[in-house]
Amino acid sequence: MDSADLNALWLTLKLASIVTALLLLIGTPIAWWLARTQSAWKGAVGAIVALPLVLPPTVLGFYLLLAMGPHGPLGRFTEWLGIGLLPFTFPGLVIASVFYSLPFVVQPIQNAFEAIGERPLEVAATLRASPWDTFWSVAVPLARPGFLSGAILGFAHTVGEFGIVLMIGGNIPDKTRVVSVLIYDHVEAMEYPQAHWLSGGMVIFSFVVLLALYTFNPARRREG
Amino acid sequence: MKRLGYLLLALFALPSADAGEVQVAVAANFTGPMQVLATLFERDSGHQLKLSYGATGKFYAQIKNGAPFEVLLAADDQTPARLLAEGSGVAGSNFIYAIGKLVLWSSDPQRVDGSGEILKKDGFRHVAIANPKTAPYGRAAIETMSKMGVAERLAPRLVQGENIAQTHQFIATGAAELGFVAYSQVIKNGRIGAGSGWLIPPHFYSPIRQEALLLARGKNNAAASELLAYLKSAKAQAVIESFGYALP
Repeated sequence: MDSADLNALWLTLKLASIVTALLLLIGTPIAWWLARTQSAWKGAVGAIVALPLVLPPTVLGFYLLLAMGPHGPLGRFTEWLGIGLLPFTFPGLVIASVFYSLPFVVQPIQNAFEAIGERPLEVAATLRASPWDTFWSVAVPLARPGFLSGAILGFAHTVGEFGIVLMIGGNIPDKTRVVSVLIYDHVEAMEYPQAHWLSGGMVIFSFVVLLALYTFNPARRREG
Repeated sequence: MKRLGYLLLALFALPSADAGEVQVAVAANFTGPMQVLATLFERDSGHQLKLSYGATGKFYAQIKNGAPFEVLLAADDQTPARLLAEGSGVAGSNFIYAIGKLVLWSSDPQRVDGSGEILKKDGFRHVAIANPKTAPYGRAAIETMSKMGVAERLAPRLVQGENIAQTHQFIATGAAELGFVAYSQVIKNGRIGAGSGWLIPPHFYSPIRQEALLLARGKNNAAASELLAYLKSAKAQAVIESFGYALP
């Protein structure tokens, strides 16, 4: 492994950590709302959150590129803010990844919230807990397995994404060249030994992540 | 089982049948001309072409691992040479079907001047190129910038497309203000269509010789050989030239 490979690894971990933290922040209120609401919008919002599951990354990447470019709404907004354009920058990658990995974080948390049911929340209310207090002292602890699954899946999915980071990132060393893009680069340049090292590492990493997920299986924890 | 039978039948029938089928791997920069050529060839010969477009390096990996391509239209001459040396091509079948031309292009009609002076100035954030490690047009772009003495200055602004098609996308969407693409991608009626561009004189970069190769899998497919012969015909060459390529 040379320094380019190590830089790409570091960049990938940095990207996945930031994206996971942001997704827990953004995803939790969305998941809570989706789990509790009676609104007619529930179906539409749920469908939008799930879109990245079914859309090819190239579609999402292309639209994000258009949106973030100088003629797109997001691009105009960031230029108006004075922070310039997002494509081909690390913050641009972060935003694209947040979109792409959103369902992987929202859905497990939403399922966990739904599994709690009405009763513990009603009990908390009769004990005069405020909704805010109920959320933090009752809902979040009970939904912990969902948070764990969401965080692990969001992290792993961000590490594994490829099509979008290539499209939004522009393959710039130390800035947007993450491991998945570097592997592709090695393969295309016929540098198969380097590709093997990194690919093998990805396989082991993915296995360990999934092993952790299934070992801390939410269902089993709740029984115990 | 029945389906397998049909498949075998088709495989045996192919070489001798009148209406054959050819699986062709086509370099991304040749997408436009190939669509025209395929229509003409299919009409004239009655054969069917199955076309895949992509990066030449990717095709190499796929061919080495059993992809069913019978003809390769590469973006360079090194990949065909390598396939030949490794026994994946038919000896003597390779030839230059087109010589690529490089342009500096922007989707903004005002941006690029007729001699590339813009590269020595400021006022843009990103220059898009194809990955120079894998794409000959990316390599030519680097050579051009070196020759102009701006390579080091521009290095921090370079963004790379996976292949020349993605590079074009970066520029067309305006995400990158300008960049190096194939002339064939922006040509319209013999000149640069939309935006602004500089057709880079050939002495700025080593020639992009694009070679065609009959692959080992297509050895006994008469339609594959016919396609290669067709690419050398005057009719096909006129089409290739009209898309902004030179001929050997």
